[in-house]
Amino acid sequence: MNPVNYLYLASLLFTIGAAGVLIRRNAIVVFMCVELMLNACNLALVAFSRMHGNLDGQIIAFFTMVVAAAEVVVGLAIIVSLFRSRHSASVDDASLMKL
Amino acid sequence: MENLIALLVAAPLLGAAVLLCGGRRLDRAGHRLGTLLAAASFVIGAVLFFDMLGRGAEERALHQHLFSWVPVESFRADIAFQLDQLSMTFVLLITGVGTLIHVYSIGYMEHDERRRRFFGYLNLFLAAMLLLVLADNYLLLYFGWEGVGLASYLLIGFWQHKPSAATAAKKAFLVNRVGDMGLSIAIMLMFTTFGTFAFGPVLAAAGETGEGMLTAIGLMLLLAACGKSAQVPLQSWLGDAMEGPTPVSALIHAATMVTAGVYLITRSGAIFNAAPDAQLAVVVVGAVTLLFGAIVGCAKDDIKKALAGSTMSQIGYMILAAGLGPIGYAFAIMHLVTHGFFKAGLFLGAGSVMHGMNDEVDMRKYGGLRKYMPVTFVTFGLGYLAIIGFPGLSGFWSKDKIIEAAFAKGGTEGWILGAVTLLGAGITAYYMTRVMIMTFFGEKRWQPAPDADAVPSAEPAAEDHAGRMPHPHESPKSMTVPMILLAFGSVFAGGLFSLNSAFVHWLEPVTAFEHGHPPIGAAAVTASTVVVLLIGVGIAYAQYGRKPVPVVAPRGSLLTRAARRDLLQDDFNHVVLVRGGEHLTRSLVYMDHTLVDGVVNGTAASVGGLSGRLRKLQNGFARSYAVSMFGGTAVLIAATLLMRGV
Repeated sequence: MNPVNYLYLASLLFTIGAAGVLIRRNAIVVFMCVELMLNACNLALVAFSRMHGNLDGQIIAFFTMVVAAAEVVVGLAIIVSLFRSRHSASVDDASLMKL
Repeated sequence: MENLIALLVAAPLLGAAVLLCGGRRLDRAGHRLGTLLAAASFVIGAVLFFDMLGRGAEERALHQHLFSWVPVESFRADIAFQLDQLSMTFVLLITGVGTLIHVYSIGYMEHDERRRRFFGYLNLFLAAMLLLVLADNYLLLYFGWEGVGLASYLLIGFWQHKPSAATAAKKAFLVNRVGDMGLSIAIMLMFTTFGTFAFGPVLAAAGETGEGMLTAIGLMLLLAACGKSAQVPLQSWLGDAMEGPTPVSALIHAATMVTAGVYLITRSGAIFNAAPDAQLAVVVVGAVTLLFGAIVGCAKDDIKKALAGSTMSQIGYMILAAGLGPIGYAFAIMHLVTHGFFKAGLFLGAGSVMHGMNDEVDMRKYGGLRKYMPVTFVTFGLGYLAIIGFPGLSGFWSKDKIIEAAFAKGGTEGWILGAVTLLGAGITAYYMTRVMIMTFFGEKRWQPAPDADAVPSAEPAAEDHAGRMPHPHESPKSMTVPMILLAFGSVFAGGLFSLNSAFVHWLEPVTAFEHGHPPIGAAAVTASTVVVLLIGVGIAYAQYGRKPVPVVAPRGSLLTRAARRDLLQDDFNHVVLVRGGEHLTRSLVYMDHTLVDGVVNGTAASVGGLSGRLRKLQNGFARSYAVSMFGGTAVLIAATLLMRGV
């Protein structure tokens, strides 16, 4: 199968993720969309790795996974404590930092 | 031998340091220590002088390098001395006359409780002036120059409990600052032009430099000379400086301070020779001041202020001679030395008269003093004959030469300068005769001192006579002996100097000399000088000798009234400089408020307004920030791709 198709899939997934981040209000959904974007990147990296015939892309994909795992831990902790204090998971409610 | 040069300065400097830091325990011996150290400096000077005479004319200059003050790359500020014939002349004048004035002050300041401090300041004055004339570069000269300014400030304001003295001291200091600015600019110009400010290289290179730069340096040096030597337009401090004790006036007018300007111009002769425009300015300043001082001297009733006017006028002669170039330098210095003798003598005489007259300075309240103060009368009289240029006495030899040199300048210029100097000689004869007659001849016009408060209590023996008629008496020996010695100088110095043109040959290696030929012949010049002199004396005798002198000054003509107010110099300064300065500062403040503050405040307000609008972008919604990040990233990537495409 042509590896370029994986790239089309990756950009589709990235676009869905980015749109989700920009449009959705629920913090959990925004968070999942971020993950979607990260994984779209991973897919693109692995596809490029295959196309160019070296392993650099795959190694970076592993890095991304590790970072994403760490990010999930921190991000979920923030969302949980936000929900506890304000009884809402809407990102628009958390707008106290504006002037 | 050259190691002695530093001692010349060190002796009085040590005296100043010990006397000013020593405290009250030195009160009893302080004056002796100060006088001794001044005399020591004179003895060292005399030793160096005889040593110098023993060498050939070209090898007489001595140099002593103490240390490098600020050695930075090519910038070298050295503490180094140079003793050549010109410096030697000044050293002997300063230390000689200075020592005599020290001796005189022992008697004059006897009852002043701050006498120790007075002697400390006198020593400081001598040290600064010696540093000025011994320096081998302009920067060290500037150091001495400022030291002289400081010492004169301290001494003019010595009786600082009198507001007038404190003001006079400040005035002298401030007016001198204007001149000092000129000297510092001149030194900076020298450094940028020649890369050094040592006398040797600067004066040697002066011939090969552009005339424009030399004219600028020359004019700045002239400004400096005007400040220190009280020349128009910076002359206004000299009359007020009479607030100081009389020995100070003698020191300022004879040995130190006002001679510094003449020294500076003569020392920088090579610069002026190569810059005719600057030289012309020097001559003009000299000629104007000569007449200015003389006219002021004619109208003053205060004996010291009349003498101050006369100093201004005589220094004008010297500056004029120095502006004539090589035909005049030697005569400028010669007149300076003879003037040092007779002016010191006249001032000490005036101090002696005041000492005997309850510190009265108004000559209209003197009269007939010759019987009561014979020594003062004779010494003052000899000084008087010397200053008017009576044939045979010191002033005659030096002033006559200057008048000759002025005529020898040539062309219309020469005739004008010659006429001015001749006229000046006539006016000198007039005002000095006036002083002489009003003080020592005629009937007694003594008045009782008004009350004790009006007499400064610090003046010697003031309280004893307050409110009573003065009973004039001869001054003590410590005061009369210096006057007698100075009188000898006033009589014989000029003749000795002129013997085989000894003085001119002595200075020739330093200042160069050209013989000037006046168009009407030297004998005719001398004859006309004597005639003018007799006319001046005659007019003064007709006005003051034949008729009784009124005790209250008559109203006088417009010129007399103007001259009493120093020819409106202070009014001029007030209207032009003070008012002008006020207007200038006011408009500057206005500019500051509107223009500068306007720009600054306007910038601040527009930045504030802009950021107020930008603030609206910070709405606190995480998603709108995400949009801007996304948009920004998209733009960056698009730009990168586009750039790569190109």
